[in-house]
Amino acid sequence: MADMDPITLMRTRVVMHKDRVAYPSSMDFPQNFPGEDLAWDLEKFKENFKIVIGFIGKDDMEFDLIGIDASIANAFRRILIGEVPTMAIERVYVINNTTIMHDEILSHRLGLIPIKADPRAFDYKEGEEDQPTDLNTIVFNLAIQCSVNKNAPPNSVDPKVKFINSSGSLKWQPQGDQEERLGTEIRPVHDDVLLTKMRPGQEIELEVHCQKGIGKEHAKWSPVATASYRLLPDIQILKPITGQDAIKFQRCFPQGVVEVVKNRKGEQEAKIANPRKDTVSREVLRHKEFEDKVRLTRVRDHFIFSIESTGILPPHILFKEAVGILRLKCARLKQALDDKLMG
Amino acid sequence: MAMVEPTTDTTGVPHTEGEKIEILASDYEDPSVATFSIRDEDHTLGNSLRYMIMKNPAVAFCGYALPHPSEYKINLRIQTDGMFILVSGFLNTRATSSDDYVSGSMTAVEALHKGLDDLMALCDHVTETFDAKLAEREFEIREGAEVDAQ
Repeated sequence: MADMDPITLMRTRVVMHKDRVAYPSSMDFPQNFPGEDLAWDLEKFKENFKIVIGFIGKDDMEFDLIGIDASIANAFRRILIGEVPTMAIERVYVINNTTIMHDEILSHRLGLIPIKADPRAFDYKEGEEDQPTDLNTIVFNLAIQCSVNKNAPPNSVDPKVKFINSSGSLKWQPQGDQEERLGTEIRPVHDDVLLTKMRPGQEIELEVHCQKGIGKEHAKWSPVATASYRLLPDIQILKPITGQDAIKFQRCFPQGVVEVVKNRKGEQEAKIANPRKDTVSREVLRHKEFEDKVRLTRVRDHFIFSIESTGILPPHILFKEAVGILRLKCARLKQALDDKLMG
Repeated sequence: MAMVEPTTDTTGVPHTEGEKIEILASDYEDPSVATFSIRDEDHTLGNSLRYMIMKNPAVAFCGYALPHPSEYKINLRIQTDGMFILVSGFLNTRATSSDDYVSGSMTAVEALHKGLDDLMALCDHVTETFDAKLAEREFEIREGAEVDAQ
């Protein structure tokens, strides 16, 4: 088993030891290695950079970003969580609320409801002086009364049978030409979010205004449930692991990571089958018999990226938006720098 | 973001008053070094920009800091390899191209410009690659996925 040469190991892998992590930071900078040109070169980057999409679902996706630095991958992740805008309820005008839920708590709960509206079709509302218009505000109404169901069987205990709520959820009130302009109905992503429980005789009547915003201001505007990445694990077997040890070795990893095969001598030997499934629990490093036989590493520039959308925008759109926002940040700063120096 | 005081006058985006970018005054003598104070930015742009600028062989040092958690800004320090002497003007006169200097390969401002350009080119390529992969359809499409949504 050919061992990876130490320089390549240092440059391309994050090595996991029992009690520490070695080579965590990137070192591909000019002058770090003699005789090598590590200056930024777009063509070189294009050659090395790869995206492999694993799957796209209704609200989630997984893909690999290969050949990119952690600082950039992390910028995409941070932008996804905090800087891709969405529409969320910002103002609640309570006309009547006789439930036991306080107006403030009810408003907070309303704010966190994901609203299925394309944020790209709306403007930010620029402060108090900026009047609400059909371009920056979405309006919903909520009017519910709870009453006793007179037709319920006398011995019924289920509140869904005993009581009746007069209406369902938030009703969209299109403003201006919103209906024609958007072409689709605006509604909450889920129609069964529990806001509060009501008793007969209680009622809620309110109007809410949605505004555009970003997750950095308040988490209700975050377009993702989570966006995260992990580095691809790479388990290196340095000396053959055979016999009973092979079985024990296999048990140190999640199912499917290690397979035990018959080698040429007819012994059982452990082979790495699918390192991607490994959680890098480092269990294997607790056992003396594997001490100098295995090395746990992660590939430093291979990111397994996962996006879970709240359902407002499809996950692949969110990623494209995030990349666009990083570009926009650069363009804005460049413009500001030009203005500063010329002015 | 916890650091900006909440007001009723929200725009949905945290922002602070002042110029987007300032060059701290201590560095006016030597254009090969500069500390840029950039408002309304954090690790997202700071770290990725630091990486791109450090990839520039003319840059001797680049680092950034968030000076305080309740100030929404970063300080970005760039030192290039050249000692510059202005051909025309003194001190506060800032040159915009390397032709204005007698020696040296790049000013700190130029290094920042190059870093921004490189980062934008990188973003363009990531978008292009991602779009191409989407179009190839060589991945699992699960129930309800809106792969064609734009």
